[in-house]
Amino acid sequence: MALSIEDIKKVAHLARIAISDADTSATLTKLTGILGLIEQMQAVDTTGIVPMSHSQNLSQRLRNDVVTKTNLRDEFQKNAPKLGNGSTEPAVADGLYLVPKVIE
Amino acid sequence: MEWEVVIGLETHTQLQTNTKIFSGAAIKYGAEPNTQACEVSLALPGVLPVLNKQAVHCAIKFGLAINAEIAPRSVFARKNYFYPDLPKGYQISQFELPVVGKGAVTIQVPAQGKNAAYEKVINITRAHLEEDAGKSVHGAVEDMSGIDLNRAGTPLLEIVTEPDMRSAAEAVAYAKKLHELVQWIDICDGNMQEGSFRCDVNVSVRPKGTEKLGTRREIKNLNSFKFMTQAIEYETRWQIETLEDGGKIQQATVLFNPDTGETRAMRSKEEANDYRYFPDPDLLPLIITEADKARIGADMPELPAAMKARLEAQYGLSSYDASSLTTSKDLADYFVAIVDAGADAKQAANWMMGSVSAKLNSEDKNIKACSISAQQLAQLLTRIADGTISNNAAKQVFEAMWAGEGDVDSIIAAKGLKQESDTGAIEAIIDEVLAANGAMVEEFKAGKEKAFNALVGQAMKASKGKANPAQVNEILKKKLSA
Repeated sequence: MALSIEDIKKVAHLARIAISDADTSATLTKLTGILGLIEQMQAVDTTGIVPMSHSQNLSQRLRNDVVTKTNLRDEFQKNAPKLGNGSTEPAVADGLYLVPKVIE
Repeated sequence: MEWEVVIGLETHTQLQTNTKIFSGAAIKYGAEPNTQACEVSLALPGVLPVLNKQAVHCAIKFGLAINAEIAPRSVFARKNYFYPDLPKGYQISQFELPVVGKGAVTIQVPAQGKNAAYEKVINITRAHLEEDAGKSVHGAVEDMSGIDLNRAGTPLLEIVTEPDMRSAAEAVAYAKKLHELVQWIDICDGNMQEGSFRCDVNVSVRPKGTEKLGTRREIKNLNSFKFMTQAIEYETRWQIETLEDGGKIQQATVLFNPDTGETRAMRSKEEANDYRYFPDPDLLPLIITEADKARIGADMPELPAAMKARLEAQYGLSSYDASSLTTSKDLADYFVAIVDAGADAKQAANWMMGSVSAKLNSEDKNIKACSISAQQLAQLLTRIADGTISNNAAKQVFEAMWAGEGDVDSIIAAKGLKQESDTGAIEAIIDEVLAANGAMVEEFKAGKEKAFNALVGQAMKASKGKANPAQVNEILKKKLSA
């Protein structure tokens, strides 16, 4: 499968990774290499083999529906991202975490 | 050209659990912001999700209730997107292998205008477990948005239909049926105001008689049946007008504005749609055995369809009555309790759908909050059946019971509502009435049927409304023909 520079830019944007134009072509080469490896693996005949969704052949343990967590809001909010502009105060107000305004 | 609307629904039902789907944090509604946001909800580094057993049980119950395939092995996947109320950068959901596969729900579409009521089977494509996101709060601080992660990680079952519905009425009938069912099997509290049951509706139109589906627009987060009707009707009209004007429909997510009654495009979907799902390496496959299904199935209540059939067969109710009484499990249980306490089934059904439901509606209550117990109501119906009180008097007793004025017999005594059923006493009253109304008697004998009713009226009046009307009729007839 051939990747284009546009594909690299799109994937980078979806992952919110800033990537310079210079790095774009290097990334293209590396990702193309990885896809080449996958293509090689796809050549193997896997007829009748159930795909694994996890590297360990185990099943999910289930947890009883019992409250085990206590309210540690004050502790957690001490570690909230800072307000910015040199402020060392955590960006919280009225118990809410503050983020740049979200416009829908 | 004649157009046909094609509708499919995706419903997010919040599951009835004490804790989140992947952590032991509480999920009580209305808690102070972020007091139920543990390290897993906040996506702090190093935390791992552990699946809630109760959430899985709810999914299995739903699968059994719609007679669906329940996957012996299902897989959790990451749905990747960036939004401040989703601190992990992905939502844990299910993609290729959902826990519940194909099933079906039978809906009853009510009569509309000259169109008769009908039943229709709506196919369910799948239902999968996933976590809810947090909530954004605007306006608390200028130029900032506030994030409350209490809701992040709340267990949801997303139920997806095939594009099987052909009108707003069908879509709403399905949504109501599903709403009744998830509450009946006790997996969701159904509270739409609090967001426990939210519907996304996919709407497209195509020329009638054609097969190919039109481009769809998705109406997000409808939380009332009334809004759902309005939104679908507006959206359908808009799409038809756009196409007839030579325009094209762009795939989009739209929001319904209840104030204007209009739908409006939210954001372009092309990019948002690229979720790059992949299996979540933090979670192992969910294995459900035949034994798990059998154990949970054994604990399931009788399903609404089966109970409806039983009410018809066992109690001789009409299909309409039986279906009205099985809209909720509490309602159906209340009915059965009245009949078990000795009341006549048909009369019990009439009272429940008449006085009881009118009273509950006027006070915006459900049957659970009914201030009259099934035993008390049965006692009231027994007093009608044994002739102690008339139907009219029973209505007064009912009002008094509702107001908490005491039990049936003490209210009848206190208000002096007991019917006069003593034949001798009624005969005496009728003799007086006949003597005092010679003219009417003559009229009746001359063939005027109306005079008979007038005489009954006089007798009832003379007894101050307490005479048993059936007895008055009978005795009067006998005396006049003598």
